[in-house]
Amino acid sequence: MIDKKFKIANKIFKSRLIVGTGKYKSFKECANAIKISGADIVTVAVRRVNISNKNKARLMDYIDPKKITYLPNTAGCFNAEDAIRTLRLAREIGGWKLVKLEVLGDKKNLFPEMIETLRSTELLTKEGFKVMVYCNDDPLMAKRLENAGAVAIMPLAAPIGSGLGIQNKINIKIIRKQTNLPLIIDAGIGQASDASIAMELGCDGVLINTAIAKARNPIQMAEAMRLAVISGRKSFLSGRITPNLFGTASTSNKGII
Amino acid sequence: MNIKNKIKITVNGKQMQVIPKYSVKSLILKLKMPLNKIAIELNKKIIDKKSISKIQLKKGDKIEIVHFIGGG
Repeated sequence: MIDKKFKIANKIFKSRLIVGTGKYKSFKECANAIKISGADIVTVAVRRVNISNKNKARLMDYIDPKKITYLPNTAGCFNAEDAIRTLRLAREIGGWKLVKLEVLGDKKNLFPEMIETLRSTELLTKEGFKVMVYCNDDPLMAKRLENAGAVAIMPLAAPIGSGLGIQNKINIKIIRKQTNLPLIIDAGIGQASDASIAMELGCDGVLINTAIAKARNPIQMAEAMRLAVISGRKSFLSGRITPNLFGTASTSNKGII
Repeated sequence: MNIKNKIKITVNGKQMQVIPKYSVKSLILKLKMPLNKIAIELNKKIIDKKSISKIQLKKGDKIEIVHFIGGG
């Protein structure tokens, strides 16, 4: 079965795995992990330049934004105004319009503040941004984001960085059924099988940072995630068998001795 | 230039002193920031990187210079 293209805001991407660039031991390790992961989109954050140390290495020196699509995020923003300010700055650095909106409302669990997220989506869309939205796994809110102009719905699997895996498969399935927008699991993936499950639920992609960056071997985990996403996607497209509560022999009884 | 004539500005939360009519471009050059990898805000308004030579700093100006770092 030929897969449909992975398209976000009319741009086609090769890999269905999006990788975050935070928490690595070094930029070099981060760049290597991205290469092995096969990702062609990476998330990045906007922060103050260190003016006391002018020679400090920069992310852009290691990951070429001409080769990899930068997806600026709004990490650390707790209201629409901060998120918009951050993304305007990101756009100014290099003209990025495809952005990841993440407005948090809870410093402990890092859950999204959905009222501010919805408001930000509306405002950013009006400003010409193409907004990929980190959100909770609520189908009603996902619909409202879609109506507000989101270009991708990105529900959490579990709290950011928790590695707990997909906690509410039913809601993810319901969101999948109701939207034709790219549906990308963002946050909470812990291991490769979680990424496969996300894809088997019919998601279009997975966004992973901590599970790769903080693995004992991030480079090998990056490869595992690449394979898991491909594997899960193929499994989804192939159509699983109907689960039964009884056994059916794989071997025919015909000719039994 | 006498130090008394210098004006105080804030860059990324840190106080700096510059001579009057110092341009944003001079500041960026002094800090050795690569223009194609940063964005600049002056008093919470983004400034066009093409016009930084024309923008002169005034007493109390607050400047933010940002770039991309690793994030999820």
